[in-house]
Amino acid sequence: MNERQKFEDLVGPHESTRLLEAMKRGASRRDVLALLMAGGMQATLAGGLSGLARSVHAATPKRGGRIRVAGATAAITDTLDPAKMSNQTDYSRGTMVYNGLTSLDGSLTPQPALAESFDTKDAKTWVFKLRKDVKFHDGKPLTPADVVFSVMRHKDPATGSKAKALADQIDSVKASGTNEVTVTLSAANADLPVILGTFHFMIVKDGTTDFNTGIGTGPYKLKEFKPGVRSIAVRNEAYWKPGRPYLDEIEFVGIGDEGARVNALLSGDLDLAGSVNPRSVDRIKGTPGFEVFSTQSGQYSDLIMRKDMGPGTNPDFILAMKHLIDREQIRKSVALGHAVLANDQPIDPTNRFHFAGLPQRPFDLDKAKFHLKKSGLGDAPVPVVASPAALYSVEMALVMQQSAQKIGLNLDVKRMPADGYWSNHWLNSAVGFGNVNPRPSADTLLTLFFKSDAAWNESRWKSEKFDQLLIASRAETDAAKRKQQYADMQVMIHEQAGLGIPLFLASLDGHSSKLKGLSPIPLGGLMGYSFAEHVWLDA
Amino acid sequence: MNLLILRLALQRVALAAVSLLVVSALVFAITAVLPGDAAQAQLGQDATPETLAALRHQMGLDVPAPVRYGRWLAGLLRGQPGESIVTHTPVADMLASRLPNSLLLAAITVVVAVPLALLLGIGAAMYRGSLFDRIVSSAAVAVVSVPEFLVATLAVLVFAVELHWLPALSYGVSFDSPLKMLRSFAMPVLTLCCVMVAQMMRMTRAAVIDQLKAPYIEMVLLKGATPMRTVLAHALPNAVGPIANAVAMTLSYLLGGVIIVETIFNYPGVASLMVDGVTQRDMPLVQTCAMLFCAAYLLLVTLADICSIVANPRLRYR
Repeated sequence: MNERQKFEDLVGPHESTRLLEAMKRGASRRDVLALLMAGGMQATLAGGLSGLARSVHAATPKRGGRIRVAGATAAITDTLDPAKMSNQTDYSRGTMVYNGLTSLDGSLTPQPALAESFDTKDAKTWVFKLRKDVKFHDGKPLTPADVVFSVMRHKDPATGSKAKALADQIDSVKASGTNEVTVTLSAANADLPVILGTFHFMIVKDGTTDFNTGIGTGPYKLKEFKPGVRSIAVRNEAYWKPGRPYLDEIEFVGIGDEGARVNALLSGDLDLAGSVNPRSVDRIKGTPGFEVFSTQSGQYSDLIMRKDMGPGTNPDFILAMKHLIDREQIRKSVALGHAVLANDQPIDPTNRFHFAGLPQRPFDLDKAKFHLKKSGLGDAPVPVVASPAALYSVEMALVMQQSAQKIGLNLDVKRMPADGYWSNHWLNSAVGFGNVNPRPSADTLLTLFFKSDAAWNESRWKSEKFDQLLIASRAETDAAKRKQQYADMQVMIHEQAGLGIPLFLASLDGHSSKLKGLSPIPLGGLMGYSFAEHVWLDA
Repeated sequence: MNLLILRLALQRVALAAVSLLVVSALVFAITAVLPGDAAQAQLGQDATPETLAALRHQMGLDVPAPVRYGRWLAGLLRGQPGESIVTHTPVADMLASRLPNSLLLAAITVVVAVPLALLLGIGAAMYRGSLFDRIVSSAAVAVVSVPEFLVATLAVLVFAVELHWLPALSYGVSFDSPLKMLRSFAMPVLTLCCVMVAQMMRMTRAAVIDQLKAPYIEMVLLKGATPMRTVLAHALPNAVGPIANAVAMTLSYLLGGVIIVETIFNYPGVASLMVDGVTQRDMPLVQTCAMLFCAAYLLLVTLADICSIVANPRLRYR
């Protein structure tokens, strides 16, 4: 991925994705130059890039081969039911056997998948035209009834769907033609195609009750599935994307222990290992024939100070804590450089709505001390709840504890076990840590975690103005206006919410150099968990 | 003698039934006080009150705990340990897919470890104080003090990552030929042997030495028996009791306690199944696994007692 890295440094992640995609489709050097010139690039820069274009172009995908991949979890709860999928192991298996109506690309823009086009006039009523001649693995053709079933089941509480909160905005899904589905929302949302491109909304067969057979329309057919052990998927010869997938077979196992996962990779037993620790990066890079694949995404662990109880009721305490976060130190010593600095707001730089103009809040002991004094908080210790369940939170808490001592603030770090953390401590502690996975759109993230009435409003920050902006931005079709609205919301969160967001974390995966075709999709590691149909083996 | 063994066996079965009942009630109570339930464990961060309630109803968690326990117990008595509340597959099927793996690993380990431990233990006792004894005894202490995960990880680093002799993962390797099977089991068995051989060997050595100090051995020696005959024909039968018990303890550990080996070598056995059950708060699964381990333990200990009765005539006439 070195070339890609260089390339991204030159033109930025958004542009690079567009160009590399074009090259993969077989764009010539002349096309690339034209694209770059259109983008306002300098000719000297473009000249340097065309060499890169050749090497990308030369790497034509090869067909055939079998790979073994390990995810970071394995449990009897491993599932092929899209509604219940909860981790990278489930998502990775899901994208092997299923497709969504749309799929998200390297900039999280929705692209047509099972829907060959989607259209709306008011962002409230959406028409999806289904691709013709798509067949499920058992030969049944894809019909609107399958789509209606796959989406509407999330609204039924008995399904126990993890996407219920997202599905609640959908009023109805109806077949409106032999190959057409109409989705009606309760309120306008310009991001519906993004939501329908996420894992939980992958399309299953109408009336499915037993999901262990994995009958979908995806690039691979399920051959074996043992929850908690492994799955084997073989090429779907009748896949609707011509030429795809490249591999004959993928064996997917889950190995919970990171050390064991990396060892298995380096001994040649695996071709791809998901979620490697930053501490293993040097070891993998130092072994000939192995590489690390890094995906910068919007994942973050955040310090939550509830505004309705405990010390967080005092805004000066919150400001003091925000100035106490030594972001650079945490980035270097905790994430070992595999992260970018965050600014106490949740929209990360890979997102098209990230507001770069917001001044970075510095690590400033004097300001922290000033606000702490102003808050009138005595020298009583402040308990801070952290857990390995929220990635790096224990380490972050300890770094903060060190800084806090310097201004006479005693942070009492309480380390809780990962088991049961989300149900017992997250959202319940006055001061504690949470972790938020990358979400496909800015709107989803803000709705789930920042709207005044959101169940997961971590700091219980309530702002009518914010809610109005959020709803307005959802229906806004003018891109520039929408961007401004998102910028305003980011400023509000940065200034008012009870959250300290130190870093946006990168996902790291290890792989054999023979495995080609990986490019980041900021939903998470393993190409946003959809590596299966993109990778090939260079024998 | 047969009558005695029969009486002992009957007594043990009755006791075992009581122990199992107590254990099942204890395990149930402990899983009940663990923070969170199966519905919360499954939904994790994405739980909303509505989905939680619906899922709890689906899992049958809205029924009072004593009633759930009663139902499970009644099912078990009929030979049906129930359905996993998380995956909705019968617990019996889940166990059936994992138990053979655990038994296979245990069997191979036993075949290697027990003869090795007895040989070393008896040898060390016969030549106690010799260089051989000192080397074997201190090596045993050294090996047993190193934690399993370190042995396993070091073995993987050396034999799989550096030398590429053996596969790092033990599952999914073909069992076509004895050689391939040997390769995939070599490291897990090696790791388990490190812990087990040392314990059994120390117990054997101590038991045999204990007998060798007894006055009747002096008589045997005065009669002019060879050292080999002294140990094998006279001392060893009297030492069988403690040795059999040590072996039984280690074997019961092999069935349910090898979670570290299962994790590092990605070997799907019953230990990781039970750990999964605990983290998911899957009561029927946890209960049934606990019953299985407890029953196996009781069975092995009873077998060990029968062994010592058969081997030691004095116990038969008490």
